[in-house]
Amino acid sequence: MVHPYIPNSRETRDQMLREMGLSDVEELFKDIPPELRIKRGLDLPPAMPELAVVNHVKSVLSKNLPFTKMPSFLGGGVWPHYVPAHVRQIVKRAEFLTSYTPYQPETSQGMLQALFEFQSLVAELVGLEVANASMYDWATSLGEAALMSARVTGRSKFILPKIISKDRLSVLENYAAGPSLELVEVDYDRETGQVDLDQLARKVDDNTAGVYIENPSYLGFLETQVDEIAELAHSKGALFVVGVNPISLGLLRAPGDYGADIVIGEGQPLGNPVSFGGPTLGIFACRGEQRLLRQLPGRLIGMTKTVDGKDRGFCMVLQTREQHIRREKATSNICSNEALCAVAAAVYLATLGPRGLRELAEVCAANASYLMKQLSQIEGIKVPLFKSPHFNEFTMQCTRGSISWLNAELLKRGFHGGKPLRREFPELGEAALLCTTELHTKENLDGFVEAVRKVMEG
Amino acid sequence: MMNYHQARWICESCLEPLIFEMGNKGGSRGILLPRGVGAEINIPEKMLRKSLNIPELSQPEVVRHYTRLSQMNFCVDTGFYPLGSCTMKYNPKVNEELADLDEVANIHPDQDEGTVQGALEIMYRLERLLCEITGMSKMCLQPSAGAHGEFLGMLLVRAYFRARGETRKEVIIPDSAHGTNFASAGMAGFNVVVVPSNNRGRVDLEALRAALSEKTAALMMTNPNTLGLFEDEILEISKMVHDAGGLLYYDGANLNGIIGKARPGDMGFDIVHLNLHKTFSTPHGGGGPGSGPVGVAEKLEEFLPVPVIEYDEEQGRFWLNYNRPHSIGKIKSFFGNFGVLVKAYAYILSMGADGLKEAAEAAVINANYLMHKLADGKSFKVNYDGPCKHEVVLSAEPLKRETGVTARDVVKRLLDFGLHPPTYYFPPIVPEALMIEPTETESKEELDRFIAAMKAVAQEARTDPGRVKAAPTATAIGRLDETRASREPILSWRMYQRLKPK
Repeated sequence: MVHPYIPNSRETRDQMLREMGLSDVEELFKDIPPELRIKRGLDLPPAMPELAVVNHVKSVLSKNLPFTKMPSFLGGGVWPHYVPAHVRQIVKRAEFLTSYTPYQPETSQGMLQALFEFQSLVAELVGLEVANASMYDWATSLGEAALMSARVTGRSKFILPKIISKDRLSVLENYAAGPSLELVEVDYDRETGQVDLDQLARKVDDNTAGVYIENPSYLGFLETQVDEIAELAHSKGALFVVGVNPISLGLLRAPGDYGADIVIGEGQPLGNPVSFGGPTLGIFACRGEQRLLRQLPGRLIGMTKTVDGKDRGFCMVLQTREQHIRREKATSNICSNEALCAVAAAVYLATLGPRGLRELAEVCAANASYLMKQLSQIEGIKVPLFKSPHFNEFTMQCTRGSISWLNAELLKRGFHGGKPLRREFPELGEAALLCTTELHTKENLDGFVEAVRKVMEG
Repeated sequence: MMNYHQARWICESCLEPLIFEMGNKGGSRGILLPRGVGAEINIPEKMLRKSLNIPELSQPEVVRHYTRLSQMNFCVDTGFYPLGSCTMKYNPKVNEELADLDEVANIHPDQDEGTVQGALEIMYRLERLLCEITGMSKMCLQPSAGAHGEFLGMLLVRAYFRARGETRKEVIIPDSAHGTNFASAGMAGFNVVVVPSNNRGRVDLEALRAALSEKTAALMMTNPNTLGLFEDEILEISKMVHDAGGLLYYDGANLNGIIGKARPGDMGFDIVHLNLHKTFSTPHGGGGPGSGPVGVAEKLEEFLPVPVIEYDEEQGRFWLNYNRPHSIGKIKSFFGNFGVLVKAYAYILSMGADGLKEAAEAAVINANYLMHKLADGKSFKVNYDGPCKHEVVLSAEPLKRETGVTARDVVKRLLDFGLHPPTYYFPPIVPEALMIEPTETESKEELDRFIAAMKAVAQEARTDPGRVKAAPTATAIGRLDETRASREPILSWRMYQRLKPK
């Protein structure tokens, strides 16, 4: 019996071998030296029936406690949102799901147009002219943005805020290692969390390739000195790079409107499940100038016409930047990206429209605002740590006891607490990062506040 | 022969309109949202957005639009997709259902370890399975794609030599390699040294010997290589590289040709990347998401990214180990494309040891069958003797010389037969290359249809070359002007509005 995923029967297979003048399939593997041949077979379990696979995987997965079954206040780089049913169904269509990179544009117009629409929607959202067809995630987008800044400017220093996810920073460090870029952190104001402008002014110089900020910041507050930072970066000829949670842009000013040259971010909240942090969707956009465009990493879909000039169509463009042509001189090594997540994002944005996205952003922010206010009334809890406007995430400090203790107690009471920040920001003491989205009902929020109060009152 | 025409949704002089050209202003929307608690939000006026120019559509309009677009997209489920080095095999449906479960889709990476034991267990088990399949000691599941894995591999090479106090700046790559190899090595700060292939389509050992030195950090190899040929001198190569103090890197794009038959670890490879979206059946999604795990030999384990998933036997629980002082840190925000990992795990269980071996055998038989039937020397030939492994690279040079019809023309005409053409003009060392990877999930009938289509196109090149050059005509749209698209790029609706003639 052959495996159900393999169509040719033993008989057909033997017939094919005979037609090739062979009697045994092993003759096709005679070029593998005998000492390398696996003798006893791989030490893997035997093939399992589909039903047994389903039962096994479900049984293992039953040890997970999803946030649909127990409210969670985790965000910090991937954010739980409702994924509309039709968004899921469209990206599950086999035509999108089981196709590959649209190397043959004539037979891949659907994917190409959907990706062009993704690029267009992202471009509007961030306020720039160009977005690529996706990167792996926010962190790798950041790494690529630093490399691109260096190529565009011919400089080697990249400035970033001290308040950034340390995992994201680690990815950036790995991307910056090759060309030995110098990464320089700028401190923040302890009261407000805002970037220290004086320090930034001292650090930006003629060797600065890019100045990076995140808005909202990793710890949830808005960076409000954006115009000043853009001015500082541009005054020395550096690029201004801004990282975003795209949901916030339903409400917040587009970075392109305050001078950003490159905008990156995590596109997961646009119609993609959290899925334990992957697949994710790296956003990468830039101004439409040639000097930036030619250095852009990743796939780009462009509009064109048929050779006879009659029909409008789409194809991959500017491939001379890419690895399969430019090899080690390519703007990046990226090949496979997160195309299907980008299609989900396009369907999601088209579904919400400008009003839907604004409402969504408002609900996320309002829930956070409410939760901050309620939590701040609890003795032993300080919320938020920074006196700045916030979007949908904020810091909470536990002045009596540790966050790990608080979270363990909350878990017993049916809540996933916030993300502990001790490893990343020891200077904030016992602090956690909390997030709210439209998933949270008033009951969830009140229930959480009540649970925190009970734990703190001990 | 298949009578085929792709769906073609047309509106005036364009296919289905752009989403920006649809709908009406004034409040249409595709979904209602919960209202939330309605608390006041304090965002300063200067940080508020004034307008957002994205479409306003109802749900049925959105669904119909993207459904129509999907119908203008060829995929594995609809037909033969022998794109070389991409392993476009059947993507089992059950894996999709599993990856959509609440316990996969709706867990957060920062949840308490006690609440994600199932996820950690799947990753732990998958890692062990992949180690057994490749013969490697430990695996990192973080990379999102093959090229991402290559980049991680190069960072590991760098960390390894740094720890030994050696500066080795050169990475050797055969001329037949995937373009990503060169780019990944370059991104990690290495200088690339190219070695030519010999007249057997394998790495030229003399050239390799000449290229190796105390500056050599690694040799990146694909085995079977992009010509579909097994590098049969691999043990000698491995010895040469290691004698020179270098590391051996395995690009796993072509593992499907030998899975279950031989293992890169046994060949002497120190670092291996896999493409779960190729060999392990996870769907390509129009270009991603993929997953590119990286396996290493023991001597490189300590440099792997954090966290490493460990199992505490006493406590009976899985945990994330960040305490790895020699780790290179992180390569992706979280733990990898978990949804993809679940699919690959289910696939390996479904196939079992024998199924995976059978897959390699069937894939290799299919590729050799195509070579046997098509490489007649008159239209198509092979430049290197077989047997091949999972793919065959034909050259359409004879056909071009005789008729002027190029590999590109052949490829475009094949589209009219309801199939996806092979990769073409790659690898660059084969003129007029057609790189064909049928995979094990295609039947003999399907291969015979492809053979007939190739022969029909070759025949047509002689009798009616104009028809071949005018192809395709059965796709949603005719041949596109790709040169113009790059010369005057229009990359978004916003750019289109600025550039279009008033």
